[in-house]
Amino acid sequence: MNLLLAVDVPPISNVTIWGAGPLGFNKTAAIYLFAAVATMLLFYFGTRRKDALVPSGILQNSAESGVGFVRNQIIMQTMGTDGLKYLPYLTALFFFIFFSNITEIIPFVQFPANARFGMPLALALITWVIYNVVGVVKQGPLHYVKNSLIPPGVPKPILILVIPIEFVSTFIVRPFSLMVRLFANMLAGHLILVTFAALCAGLWAAKVTVVIMPFSFALLVAMTGFEILVAFLQAFIFTILTAVYIDSSMHPSH
Amino acid sequence: MALLHLLLLAQTAADPTKGLTAIGRGIVYGGAAIGPGIGIGLVVGNAITAMARQPESAGTVRTTMFLGIAFTEALALFGFVLAFIISG
Repeated sequence: MNLLLAVDVPPISNVTIWGAGPLGFNKTAAIYLFAAVATMLLFYFGTRRKDALVPSGILQNSAESGVGFVRNQIIMQTMGTDGLKYLPYLTALFFFIFFSNITEIIPFVQFPANARFGMPLALALITWVIYNVVGVVKQGPLHYVKNSLIPPGVPKPILILVIPIEFVSTFIVRPFSLMVRLFANMLAGHLILVTFAALCAGLWAAKVTVVIMPFSFALLVAMTGFEILVAFLQAFIFTILTAVYIDSSMHPSH
Repeated sequence: MALLHLLLLAQTAADPTKGLTAIGRGIVYGGAAIGPGIGIGLVVGNAITAMARQPESAGTVRTTMFLGIAFTEALALFGFVLAFIISG
């Protein structure tokens, strides 16, 4: 624990600036390491008892309900049965993002790793590569570009306007907004918690205002509960948007 | 560290250009939040209407609602990030 506390969080002015070289190992990297290892261990130990009909134990139950959740709430709602082969990737994605978000409310860590720029960008780029490759493989390069740039039922003259808009929104804004959505949500939640914690400390230090401190503290507790919801919701939204983008490449609208 | 930086941000108000930067950041984020605020209200309000009319389709509506919220919210988040990028 001391080691984890000793490595520093990159300062907030660095949210949009690249870090100090590939060997810079900081708290963010430590949390990502934890998230990756936790995801792997969960599914390694959760799937050991394949022959057991009735799941038992917290690991197997959470692994199986997690897979069921991704399958029923994300894949079946967007892609249908065609998308079931993406179940392993989407499940891993969901749990990795969730584990690196949930450190936001774990005492003594209290930092969502996704509140820094790098990993959301990498995950968004992986999604971008996947849906483009799926589109090119399923529809062929020419059809894929045509289907993504020309929406059905648009009158010919308006195409001059529509094609650049569709190009920007499909190939540039999609990964960018995917990245910004995850990273800015986690950063905003972290800032809210930090602000109220700093406010509590300030009100405690100033002698008279200590009577107001319980209200500030109550809101801090409430926002911590809200951030659990946000951590889950952002993992869900990132995963379901990945599924929606893959679906739009697999089944183009005619 | 983040806390320290927040306090530092509060203390640099003596320099007038820094203060103007802070005002600019506030205007950028405030402006960016207006449209998505209305938009998310519309999305959630209509989703609730749909769920109340057809409770059996609540699952599908909820998924679509989250998608709609995510797309609408992106604009406000662009403003949030832009407010950080602005430097005096």
